[in-house]
Amino acid sequence: MASLIGSAVRRKEDPRLLTGNSCFTDDIKLTGMVYAAFLRSPHAHARIISVDAEKARSLPGVTAVFTGSELEGKMKAVPAMWFLPGCDLKPKDRPALATDKVRYAGEAIAVVIAENRYVARDALDLIEVDYEVLPAVVSQERAMQDDATLLHDDVLKNLALLWKAGEIPEQVFADAEVVVKQRLYNQRVIPSPMETRGAVAQFNAGSGEMTIWCTSQNPHIHRLIYSDVLGIPETKLRIIAPDVGGGFGAKIATYTEEAVVACIAREIQKPVKWVEERKEHFMATSHGRDEVLDVELAGTNDGRITALRVTNTANLGAYLSTFGAGCPTIDFGLMVTGAYDIPQAAVVTYGVYTNTTPTDAYRGAGKPEATYQIERAIDLFADKIGMDPLEVRRINMVPQDAFPFNNAMGVTYDSGDYQKALDKALEIFDYQAFREEQADQRKKGKYLGVGFSTYVELCGFGPSAVAGAIGFQGGVWENSTVRVHPGGTVTVFTGTSPHGQGTATTFCQIVAEKLGVPLSDVELVSGDTQSVSMGWGTYGSRATAVGGAAVSLATDRVIEKARKIAAHELETTVDQIEFIAGQFTVKGDLSRGRTIQQIARSANYAWNLPEGVEPALEGQSFFDPSNFVYPFGTHICVVEVDEGTGEVAIKRYIAVDDVGRVINPLLAEGQVHGGIAQGVGQALWEGAVYTEQGQLQSGTFMDYTMPKARFFPPIESAFTETLSPVNPLGAKGIGETGTTAAPPAVVNAVMDALKPFGVGSLDMPLTPEKVWRAIRSGRDKE
Amino acid sequence: MANQVEVSMKVNGSESRSVIEPRMLLVHYLREELNLTGTHIGCDTSQCGACTVLLDGDPVKSCTVLAVQANGKSITTVEGLASKEGLHPIQMSFWEKHGLQCGFCTPGVMMAAIGLLNENPDPSEGEIRNALEGVICRCTGYQFIVEAVKHAAQTIREAGEAKVVIADSMKA
Repeated sequence: MASLIGSAVRRKEDPRLLTGNSCFTDDIKLTGMVYAAFLRSPHAHARIISVDAEKARSLPGVTAVFTGSELEGKMKAVPAMWFLPGCDLKPKDRPALATDKVRYAGEAIAVVIAENRYVARDALDLIEVDYEVLPAVVSQERAMQDDATLLHDDVLKNLALLWKAGEIPEQVFADAEVVVKQRLYNQRVIPSPMETRGAVAQFNAGSGEMTIWCTSQNPHIHRLIYSDVLGIPETKLRIIAPDVGGGFGAKIATYTEEAVVACIAREIQKPVKWVEERKEHFMATSHGRDEVLDVELAGTNDGRITALRVTNTANLGAYLSTFGAGCPTIDFGLMVTGAYDIPQAAVVTYGVYTNTTPTDAYRGAGKPEATYQIERAIDLFADKIGMDPLEVRRINMVPQDAFPFNNAMGVTYDSGDYQKALDKALEIFDYQAFREEQADQRKKGKYLGVGFSTYVELCGFGPSAVAGAIGFQGGVWENSTVRVHPGGTVTVFTGTSPHGQGTATTFCQIVAEKLGVPLSDVELVSGDTQSVSMGWGTYGSRATAVGGAAVSLATDRVIEKARKIAAHELETTVDQIEFIAGQFTVKGDLSRGRTIQQIARSANYAWNLPEGVEPALEGQSFFDPSNFVYPFGTHICVVEVDEGTGEVAIKRYIAVDDVGRVINPLLAEGQVHGGIAQGVGQALWEGAVYTEQGQLQSGTFMDYTMPKARFFPPIESAFTETLSPVNPLGAKGIGETGTTAAPPAVVNAVMDALKPFGVGSLDMPLTPEKVWRAIRSGRDKE
Repeated sequence: MANQVEVSMKVNGSESRSVIEPRMLLVHYLREELNLTGTHIGCDTSQCGACTVLLDGDPVKSCTVLAVQANGKSITTVEGLASKEGLHPIQMSFWEKHGLQCGFCTPGVMMAAIGLLNENPDPSEGEIRNALEGVICRCTGYQFIVEAVKHAAQTIREAGEAKVVIADSMKA
C-alpha cells in the first residue's frame, strides 16, 4: 500500500464547506443576540472634542451605545506582543475606543448595540462627534522629519524603534570594485482574506465564563492577551476560531473590536455579534509591508557579492500591532542575504508611527521584503557588470555541501540544495531558447522579459528560547494530543489553527499512516481553547513543521504504549513486537497478532494491562524545535509588456519549491498557486493608496485591485524534496513561498522586458500607467 | 415597525414567506430569515461574488438584490445543490480538484460556474477564467478552480444532466 504521507488525497474538510454546512463566525446565531456596529473616525488625525450619542440611544431598536470614555475602567487597551529588545522600542497600545484623539482614519470611537445590523448602522449616523482636525503624516520618511506632526507626544520624530544588526567597515564599500545602490519601495498591501473579521461573544453571568467566537489564526494567543485586557482568567475565557475564511497574517493580531464586543456582552448580559464590513476591513484590519529599502551591494567584476547593507524605513501605522515590531526587524533583517553566501551584511531598521492603519504580518512578514531587495539587487549588479543574472546567482549561491549554513546575519539555514531546485526549473524552462525568442520578438516590436528569484525564507517558528531572546511575549512550541477511542477511531488535537490550509487532512494523514488506520477513522480538533490544552496558532508557515511534528511525536507515544500492551497480550517482550500497517506481530511468528483497534479496546477497557501501564490509549507531545526551517526554490516568470498600453501580461510562471517533506502534493500545489497569485498581485496590481491627509483611497475592492482568474496563465509547479533535520517529519513550510518568491521574479521580468527602453528601476505595483510612463520617458531620453 | 412588506419566494424548492423591511438585501434574507448561511458576504460593493446565488437559474450577487426584487421567484443556494443521490457535479469537481482552501468564496464561485456551464457546456480555459471575472478568491490562485470547472463541465456533458439537476432542485 502506498504511504498516505505524500499522497494527494482529497480533503476531509471539503464536504462541509461545499454544501453550506460550514460555520463561519457570521453564521453563529445565539438566543437573544444583539449586533454591534462601530463608529469610525473620518479623519486620520484629530482631537475628539465631544461625542454626543443621545439621538442614537433613543432610536427604536438600539440597545446601548458606548463611547470611549464609557468603556474606561471596563477593559484595558490592547497591547502588542513582540517587544524587541535593544531598539529603544516605544510601544503604543491600541485604546479600546479612542477617547481624546484619533490617529488613523477608521479608528473606532463608539459602538452601537442594536437588535439587528440595519438598526445598528442607522444609529451610527445619529452620533455627533466634534473633531479638531490635526495635520496628518502618512509617509514614514516624512514622519521622521523634525517638523512633522507627532502622533504620540512622547515619541520624538515618531520613531517607535531603531534596530541595528551587523556592521561593515566603510572601507569595504569604498574599496569595492563595484557598488550598486538602489532605493526600493515595498509598498503597503492589504491582506484581504475573503472573510472579514468578526466576533460573537457570550457571557455567563452565573459562572463568569466568557466565550468568544472570532476570526483568529491563533485562539490561544487571543485568550492570553484578552484575558488580561478583559480581566477574565484563562480558566473562564474560551476562544473559539470556528471556520475561518482565510487569514494571511491579518487574523494573527489581537485587535480591539473583538475585546470590545466581549466587554459589552458582559456589560449588557446579552450575546453580541460584530461582523466587519469590507469597507471597515480595509481601514481597521492590519496592513502589510510598507517598507522603504535602501540597498547597497558591493561586489567584484567577476560576479562575487562581497557585502550588503540595507536601511529599512518601515511604516508601523498609528499604533504598535501584535507582531508589528518584529516584521521589519527580525523577520526582515536576518534574511537579507537570501540564498547567497555573502560574507558581510548589516541592517538598520527605523520603525515609524504614522497616521495610517497599523501594519503587521502579511503572508511572509519580512521575508518577502528581504527577498525582494536581494533578488532585485542581484539583477542590478548583474546589469552593472554585464553578466547574466542567472550566472551571478549561481556564483553566489550557498553550495549544497555548506549546510547547515550560517549566514552573515547569524542564523543557521537548516538544509538546502539550491542548485538542484534551479536545475529543475531550467529543465522546465529552456533559458537559451527564450533568449533567442526574446531577441527575435524585440525586432518585431514585442517585448518579452524573464525574471528569476532563487529565494530562501525563514519559517516554522520556532525555538521558544529564540522567541524569548527576541522579545516575543510567548512560546512558539506546538502541542498535540492523539486519542484512540475504544472503537479504534482517533481524534487528533492541535494547537495550530487552520483557516484554509487543509490541516484537518494533512495532520490526519500523518496519524493514519503511522497508526495504520483508515484516513476516514481520524478526525482533527483545532481552534478551541477549551478542547486544545495550549498552542500558538497558524502563521509563519509553522503548522506542519512544528504542529505536524507534534502530531507525529504524539502518535509515536501512542504506538509506544500500544506496543507494551500488545507484548503483554502476545506474551512476549516489547522488543519482540513489530508494528507494521496497523498490526502488532511477534518477530518471526506471523500466526499471532493484534490490530491497533484491538489494542485500543484493551487499553480503554483496562481489564488486563501490563504492570505499570495506565489505562486508555492517548499520547501528547509538546514539541519545541531546535531551529527554524528554511524552504527555498527557484521561480521564473516570463512577461510580455505592451509597448502601447504599458500592460504586463504573465506569459509563463514556473515555480520549483523545496519545502522538505511534502505531506499532500495536491494541497502543497494549492498553497504554491495561492501564494504566487498574491505575490504577483503585489508586483503588478495591489497597493494601498493614501492621500496626504491620510484618507485611504484604495478602500474597496473597486479601488484595490485583487487578482482575478483571467490575470494568470496556468502556473507550472514542481518540487524538490530536501528534508529538514530539525523536525521528525523533515517538513519545512510552504504557505509563504509564493508571496516571498514571486514579487522579485515578476519585477525582474518586467525590467528585463523594458531594457530596450532604458528604463531605470521601477517600484511595485507595476501598473500599466507606471510602465507606460516609464517607456515614454525612456524614449524621450533617447 | 410600520414599514414592512411581505415577500414570498421558492428557495431550494421550498416556499418561503416572510414579512421584512423593504430595504433588506436578498443575502440577509437568506442568511438571517431563512438561516441559509452557506451564502457568504465578502464585500459591500458587489465585487467579490461570495454571495452569488441563482435567481430563476441565473447567477446574481445577492448583496445587490433586494429581497423584494426576488418576490415570486426561485432561488437556488449552495444548500440546494446536493441531492439525496449525492453532491452536484460542480461540488464533486471542486472536491476532486482541490478547488477550495478556506471555502469562504466557494459557494459563490460554484454558483458563478454553474451559470457559465448552463450557457456554455464546453468552455475553454480562457472562457472559464473570463467567466470568473465576478468572483474573487484569495486562497487558490484560481488554477484549481479552473480545473474544477473544466472537470465539472466534462462530468456534466458525459452525464447530460446539468440543467436537470439544478431545475429539479428548484422544483422538488
